[in-house]
Amino acid sequence: MSSDAKEPVLVVLQLSGGNDALNTVIPYGDPLYYDNRPNVQIPEDQVLPINDKIGLHPTMGPIKALYDEGKVAIIQGIGYPHPNRSHFRSMDIWHTCEPDKVGDEGWLGRALRDLDPQKENVLTGVNFGRGLPRALAAPGVPVASVGNLETYGVLTGIEAEDQRMKALETFSNVYSPMIGQGPVLDYFAQTGLDALKGADILSTAPEKYHSSVKYGSDTVAQYMRNIVQTHLADFGTRVFYTTAPYNSFDTHAGELANHTKLWTETSKAIGAFYEDLKEHHATEDVVLLVFTEFGRRVHDNGSGTDHGAGGHAFVIGDKVKGGLYGEYPSLQQDKLVEGDLCFNNDFRGLYTTLLEKWLKLDAKPIVNGEFEQFAFI
Amino acid sequence: MADQDIALMAHLMRRAGFGAPYTELETRVATGYEATVEELLHPEAQPEVDADIMMRYKTEWVSKAGLEGQQEEWTFRMINTKRPLEEKIALFWHGILCTGHAKCENPRQQEFEVDMFRRGGLGKFSDLLMDLASDPAMVFFLDNCMSHKGAINENWGRELLELFSMGVGMDGKPNYSEDDVKEAARAFTGWTVANAMPRYPYGRYQAKFIYDPSDHDDGEKTFLGETGNWNGEDIINIIAKQPATARFVARHLYNYFVADEPQVPAWQHTPPRDPELIKMLEDEYFRTGSDIRSMLRVLFNSAAFKKARFAKVKSPAETVIGTIRLVGDFTFPKPGLNALALTIRYMGQDLLNPPTVEGWHTGREWIDSGTLVERINFTADNVGNINLPGVRAMVERLRAEGPTLSPERLVDGCLEQLGAYELAASTRNELVALARHEGEVQTGDEKFAVRVTQMLQSIVATTEYLFA
Repeated sequence: MSSDAKEPVLVVLQLSGGNDALNTVIPYGDPLYYDNRPNVQIPEDQVLPINDKIGLHPTMGPIKALYDEGKVAIIQGIGYPHPNRSHFRSMDIWHTCEPDKVGDEGWLGRALRDLDPQKENVLTGVNFGRGLPRALAAPGVPVASVGNLETYGVLTGIEAEDQRMKALETFSNVYSPMIGQGPVLDYFAQTGLDALKGADILSTAPEKYHSSVKYGSDTVAQYMRNIVQTHLADFGTRVFYTTAPYNSFDTHAGELANHTKLWTETSKAIGAFYEDLKEHHATEDVVLLVFTEFGRRVHDNGSGTDHGAGGHAFVIGDKVKGGLYGEYPSLQQDKLVEGDLCFNNDFRGLYTTLLEKWLKLDAKPIVNGEFEQFAFI
Repeated sequence: MADQDIALMAHLMRRAGFGAPYTELETRVATGYEATVEELLHPEAQPEVDADIMMRYKTEWVSKAGLEGQQEEWTFRMINTKRPLEEKIALFWHGILCTGHAKCENPRQQEFEVDMFRRGGLGKFSDLLMDLASDPAMVFFLDNCMSHKGAINENWGRELLELFSMGVGMDGKPNYSEDDVKEAARAFTGWTVANAMPRYPYGRYQAKFIYDPSDHDDGEKTFLGETGNWNGEDIINIIAKQPATARFVARHLYNYFVADEPQVPAWQHTPPRDPELIKMLEDEYFRTGSDIRSMLRVLFNSAAFKKARFAKVKSPAETVIGTIRLVGDFTFPKPGLNALALTIRYMGQDLLNPPTVEGWHTGREWIDSGTLVERINFTADNVGNINLPGVRAMVERLRAEGPTLSPERLVDGCLEQLGAYELAASTRNELVALARHEGEVQTGDEKFAVRVTQMLQSIVATTEYLFA
C-alpha cells in the first residue's frame, strides 16, 4: 500500500519505570541541584550544555546532535494534577488520559479508531513488545503486537512450512463463520482474523529492508530497528509503539551506573533510528515521542532516587521546531510538591499537539478535554 | 455414558482446578462426581507441594524478595499442586481482595497474604474479612495505617464496602452511604502495622499487624442503621449479616466458577445471569454462616453448573497452568520457569500486581490482538512438543486405538485428550477436512506423532479453545 503523499507517522518510545528527569535534562547551573544530589549527581564538566543553565546527560550525544540541528523539542516540567507515584497507576494515567478514575481506552487506541474508522488496514497501529499496552487498547481496534518481527505470526511453532500453511488456512476457515455468532465470539473471531492478516503482511517487512546503519543489541534498539523496517515496508502504519523493558528506568539504587547504561543504549537507539530513516529519505513523515510515567525525587536516597513527579518528554523529528518548551521546574523548597518537582504543563497538552497538529485528529474526545497546545509542530 | 462422565469431570476439573489429563479424568470418574467434589473441597487432605525441593533449587523463594521470583513460585505451585482448589481459591480471593506490588513493593508480605487465602479461602467469609483487615499488606495497601483517631483515611473503609463485601448496590438500590464509609473508617482506626524497617540499606522486613487502642476512635457510630461503639470486628459482623454481602459473594463465585458475568461495576443495575443459582448460594451463605466451602458444594453439585460448559473465557493463569499440567512440564523447578511465569503477565495477568484495587477485568476483556496471539502460540508450541510426557501420552493413547484412525476419529480423539472439548460443527468440519487432506492416519507410521500434534495445535488455535 504505497502513496506519494506520505501520511504523518507517530512513533512512541515509552521509558518504563520513571526516568530521572533531573539527571537527564540537568540543571547544572543551579546549586540546589548539587545540594540535593550529593550522591547521584552529574559533574558540571560532564554535562552536554544546552545553555548556561541546563544540559543533557553525558551519554546523550546522539540526541544532543539532533537538538543542535533543531530537531528536538524538550517538554520540561510535564505531568498532571495530583501526581501518582505508582508505576502502574501513573503509566495508566498517561495511557488513558484519566487521572481520577480507571480508564480502559488508550489515547492511541482512540486515535487509531479515528484514523481508520472502517478498519481497512489491520496494521494501522503496531506495537513492538509482548502484550498490548493500554495506550493502544480500544474495543474493536485491531493492533498488531509483535514480540519478534522475524518470527511474528500465528502458530509459528509449526516448523514445516506447508504444514503451517495448511494450519493457518484451517485457522482462517474456522474463525470466519464465528462472525455473527454474538458479540463475544464476533470479537474473538475478528481479533483472530485481524492478527492473521497482520502477521502475513508483517512477515514481508524484514526481507525488503536493506540498511548500513548498525543498531545496538539491546531490546529498545532492536525494536526501533523493527519500527524502521516496518515503516519502510510501507504498510500504511500510522502509529508505532514500543517500551523500554519492564521498569528498567526505575533507578532506586545504583543510579549513576544504571542510568548511564540506560541512556547510552537509548540515545544510541534513537540516533540509529534517525540515521536509518535519513538513509532511506524517510525522516520528514516521522515524529518520535519519548516519555516516562513520572520523574524522580529531588533529593537522592544515597544510591539512587525514588518515585517523584514532574518530568520531561522529548519530541524528535524533521518537522519539529526544536528547543525548550514548558518551564524548567524550580528546585526551591517552597516550590516543591511533597519533595517533588512541580509540573507546569499537562501531558494531555502534549498529546493534543501531536494529535491535532501532526495526526490531524480532533483531540478533545481522545484526551477527555481541552488542553493548551505547544508550538513545536 | 462414559463419555458424558468424562466430559463432566473435565469440566469440573477445569473450573475447580486447572484441568486434568485424560488418565486422571478416567480415575476420577471411577471415584465418582460427588466424591471428587468432596476431595476438591478438602485440599488439606492432600499433600503439599514439596517445599524442600523448591527452596533448594530456587533460593530466591526463600528470601521472597522479588516480584518475578514470587510470580514464578506461585506458577510452580499451581502447576504441581495436588490441591488445585486451594490454589484456585487463593487466585480467586487475590483477584477480589486485592493488594498490588505496584504499591506494596514487598513480595514477601504479599505472599503472607496469599497464604492466608490458601488457608482461609474455603472457610467463613466473615473470618476471611477479619484476617484481611489485620493483614499487614492490606493495611498498608489501603492506607489504614494512615487512618487515625480524629483524622480518618477512608480508603480501607470505602473499598471494604465497595469492592470487598457488599458492592455499591444491589437490584438497582445503593447498599451504603458515604456516612457508612466514614463510620467504618472510624471503627478501624488503630488497626495498623508496627513500623517496618525502611527498605534501604538492610532490605525489607516483614511488617506486623498491631492494634493501637490509643489511636482508636471508640466513640458511638451508626453503621448500616445500627448504632454502637463499634470496632472493626463489629463492622465486619454487621457486613456479614447483609443480604448484599451474600449476593456479592455468590455473584463472585458464580463469575469465577460458573460463567462470565458482566464486569463488577455493572452489578448494581444488572441482574445475575442465573438468579436461581444465585439464590441457592445466598441461602447456603446464611444457612452456614458464610461458609465458602458449603457454598461451593452447592455450586459444584448444581445442575446449572454442570450445564455451564465452556461458559468462561480462561484467564491467563488458567491458560498457562492448564496447558503445562496437560503436557506434563515443569514438574521440577528447572530453568525456563521464569520465562513461563512471565507469559502469564504478557497475557494480561500480572500475579500479585493487579492493575488496580478492582482486580483484573475478566471474561472477554482478557482477549485483545496482542494477548490472543500469545495464547495461541504458547498453547500450540506446548501441545506440539512431542518431547513432553503429556503430549507423548496423548499420542500413545490414540495409537492404541488401532492400526488406522478415520479423520473424524483423529479429530474427536484429540478433542477428548485435550479435556473433552466441543467444537461448533463448522469448526469440526474444517478440522476433519484438514485431517483428510493429509491422507490416511496410520498409527504405526513414524509420522503418526506429527499427525496428532498437528491436530492438537489446530484445535488449541480455535476460538472454542479460549473457553473453559
